[in-house]
Amino acid sequence: MTTLGHPAFDPLLLSVAAPLAVALSIALGLPKRYAVKLAYVGFAVPALMALIVWWGFGEAAKESHGYAFLSGYATGLDGFGIGLKFGINGISLPMFVLAGLVGLAAGLYAIQSNAERMKTYLLLLLVMQAGLMGTFASVDIFFFYFFHELALIPTFIMVGVWGGRDRTYAALQMTIYLTLGAMLSLLGLIAIYAKSGAGSFDILVLRDTLASRPLGETTQRHIFGLLLFGFGILVSLWPFHSWAPLGYGAAPSSAAMLHAGVLKKFGLYGLLQIALPLLPFGASHWSQTLAVLAGVGNVLAIGLVTMAQRDLKQMVGYSSVMHMGYAFLGIAAGSILGAGGVVMLMVAHGLSVALLFLLSTSVYQRTHTFDMDRMGGLAQKAPALAALFVAATFASIGLPGFANFWGELPIFVALWGFSHALTVVALTGTVVSAVYGLRAAARVFFGPESAAFSQVAAANPTLDLAWGEKLPALLLAAALLFIGVWPRSFSTEINRALGGAAETVVASR
Amino acid sequence: MDPSLHLQSASFLAYGHGNPWGAIWPELSLGCLALFLLVLETVLPRSAHGRIPAVSVAGQLCILAVLLGRLDIPVSTAFNGLLILSSRGQVMRVFFLLTSLFVSILAYHGLHRRRVPLVEFHHIVLVVAAAMMLLVESRNFVMLFVALETVTVGLYILVSYYRSSPATLEAGLKYLVMGALSSALLLFGIALLYGVAGGHGLAGRTDDAMEYAGLRNFLDANPHNFLAAAGIALVLSGVAFKIGAVPFQIWIPDVYQGAPTPVTAFLAVGSKAAGFIVLLVLVTEVFPSYEWLVRPVLTLMAAATLLFGNLAALKQRNVKRLIGLSGVSHAGFILLAVVSACAGGAIGAVYFYLYAYLIGSFAVFGVMSVLAGPDDSAQELSDYAGLARESPFLAGVLACGLGSLAGIPPFAGFIAKLYVFVAAFDAGHFGLLAVAIAGVVISIYYYFGWIRAAYFSDEAAVSPETAERVRSGPGFVLGITLALIVAASLLLGFCQGPLGVLMSGR
Repeated sequence: MTTLGHPAFDPLLLSVAAPLAVALSIALGLPKRYAVKLAYVGFAVPALMALIVWWGFGEAAKESHGYAFLSGYATGLDGFGIGLKFGINGISLPMFVLAGLVGLAAGLYAIQSNAERMKTYLLLLLVMQAGLMGTFASVDIFFFYFFHELALIPTFIMVGVWGGRDRTYAALQMTIYLTLGAMLSLLGLIAIYAKSGAGSFDILVLRDTLASRPLGETTQRHIFGLLLFGFGILVSLWPFHSWAPLGYGAAPSSAAMLHAGVLKKFGLYGLLQIALPLLPFGASHWSQTLAVLAGVGNVLAIGLVTMAQRDLKQMVGYSSVMHMGYAFLGIAAGSILGAGGVVMLMVAHGLSVALLFLLSTSVYQRTHTFDMDRMGGLAQKAPALAALFVAATFASIGLPGFANFWGELPIFVALWGFSHALTVVALTGTVVSAVYGLRAAARVFFGPESAAFSQVAAANPTLDLAWGEKLPALLLAAALLFIGVWPRSFSTEINRALGGAAETVVASR
Repeated sequence: MDPSLHLQSASFLAYGHGNPWGAIWPELSLGCLALFLLVLETVLPRSAHGRIPAVSVAGQLCILAVLLGRLDIPVSTAFNGLLILSSRGQVMRVFFLLTSLFVSILAYHGLHRRRVPLVEFHHIVLVVAAAMMLLVESRNFVMLFVALETVTVGLYILVSYYRSSPATLEAGLKYLVMGALSSALLLFGIALLYGVAGGHGLAGRTDDAMEYAGLRNFLDANPHNFLAAAGIALVLSGVAFKIGAVPFQIWIPDVYQGAPTPVTAFLAVGSKAAGFIVLLVLVTEVFPSYEWLVRPVLTLMAAATLLFGNLAALKQRNVKRLIGLSGVSHAGFILLAVVSACAGGAIGAVYFYLYAYLIGSFAVFGVMSVLAGPDDSAQELSDYAGLARESPFLAGVLACGLGSLAGIPPFAGFIAKLYVFVAAFDAGHFGLLAVAIAGVVISIYYYFGWIRAAYFSDEAAVSPETAERVRSGPGFVLGITLALIVAASLLLGFCQGPLGVLMSGR
């Protein structure tokens, strides 16, 4: 194993250590007043570090395979080829920034939410945040998995304790599904480790080893299958998706934001960063299966299911399952263009779905229901909420001007080269998502007030978004717009990392 | 702590080389400590008897401290090859010492609520721990059997220690009958091996067929002898009883439920670990030329154990039966590691898994013994409702312990499962791996159910009597112990340091 130095200022380590340190001090019994204040720091530091890394990445010295900011720390597991090694390349950079931003938004929203047992809630969110930052900053695939689990466990607890309807059942189903997915992907990672003979979990070592000595085609097919279904379950690949709408429906908003927005992308990120480069034959073998499952299952079937939802939060949950279908299609297309689109879509979807979950909770606090038939006319009472919700809906449909457009467009272009039929399916999907998105916005915010909502509104004076809610929402919406009008901010590095052609295809503005 | 005791162990250390008795100083110190407890009981006035367990704990801590300083020793034999001493042996000595220490602490905390003799319990625990150490060091069937019987006889007494409780007596009887049966199987196997290796004029016959090295030479020379194969099968069955592997797991739920909680912990951790090390030694050092028999048998056993343990635990409401059945599933994981080791996988995985299992189980047993009411055997999952509200500390310890047992990072149990999976992958046991993965997923259900009862339950808080016990807390000694266990679980899971290197050395 190569031993790396510890830089005096390591933004990646800091982004993991800061939330963990705050969580630890809360666990050791910090009084609530200070705990909340310190939690701001715990969420702000990773976001700040993410921006610093993003800003400095272009000039930073690149080492092998386009990784920058590399640093390594001894853990005592070195004998096994495992080391705590951080680093960022063009694919992990957007994810790292996404984790920082959504984490900050979820943290801010949680702090103003007045949840019961606030300290424990913040503690779990902070642990989750540390896990998320660590997942995308890890170069060692053992720690990549480890940090994912570190973020996953608090999710289960938060759904089980702070969740809404059916929380125990939802938490249990989520736990079992996601454990199965995690175990399968762990097995796939172990398989890569064992079969490569590199004696190391370091992705750089693995890439070098497998570049000179690729695995046999049959082995690649088996391992890719394990990873595909393992990661697939974690990303709610049809037909292993049923935990997602249920879990998100029950999850407290900040947990749903972090999980649907960021943590779920772990599987896609793993496929892009680990499975595709290391197992190219396996990827091409499975691409047909994946494309059909994702296209027909996730996009079409779940798209129609989403249209039938009457519960706002369930609808957002299902729509996130549906949009994962596009990401899988981009991976299946097997081109640099498609893969680049997937990275953009992951970021865009992460921001927009987190925004939607945040806003639906804010809607619930004003209407006391998630049932869209019992809402209506909220826009008059809460115009800012309505504006943000409509913006989030537009983004999620993929209108130009928002980041999602730059994710979906390259995927469709890449998909056309792969299969015309599936491209048509995917395009049909955008129409479906426009239908349910716009209909939901119309039902909730416009039209006459429903009788049920009038009663609720009469009992509780409805107010527009307070600053505590508005700030995280604006943060997410601004990021969506920023990437929407300037996709080059990420796409240049994504292209470079994907080893793509010199021209920046994604950012053809 | 009595200073003379420390002198004793120090002088044994000085003997170290040359005199064979010096080589087994930890066992001798434990034996002397055990006798010393009995002496104290006769010498001290009755009012001071309550303090005697503290002497036992302090004595064990001293032995542990000396032992930890001498972890890395060269491989050597003692008593003409009856015993072998090595770093791995030291690691297991520490393991059994930790086990007996924890059992003593649990008994110190829980036993005085009962009207049972105190000192004898601690005495027997020490003797059994010493016998377990000898058991894993033995390289001769006579030594093995004597040590095994010492362990088993001691445990017979401990299992039925609450003489007034019918459940305990039933458990004791079952353990006696089943233990006798397993000993008989083991002995019959040994006799067959002895007869075939020492009797005929077959190639490689040996004068001392009880000795592992001689027996191995014989088996290598006759890799398809029917009698030897039958003997090996019987020996494996006898050991399978001790580790609770299917189809010899039948006694586990009843005995675990009926036995006093400290004894259940002793059975679950100490006795099982000893059985596994014996199995590992036999499989890798004596029976390698019978891999054609051993591997399929153990593979089948591992698969059946994994499935049975997890499926049977699914619907279990009694926590002691639950921990027993989950222990069966852990036996399946360790068997998976043993099978991999017999195909040349990493032996360290077995040792590491045992340590992770020890840590996870102790955390759970510690909480169980605090919550245990007057009827030790009747603890249900519903008794844990609202535990998190009454005592966040105990609930936290429980969650960490169960998390570690379930194999969730960042706890030690996760790394242990990772080692086992890697070892199994290297050995090419893909079918067993699939079963193991299914086992992990199933196990999440019941571990989660337990955590759910402690954390998420909407039902009323714990029953008044339990709440009273919870509020009075685990006490200082047990509280510190549990905190240390949780810390160890995190430490071993994330940053193992030299201990991990020693155990996972590939």
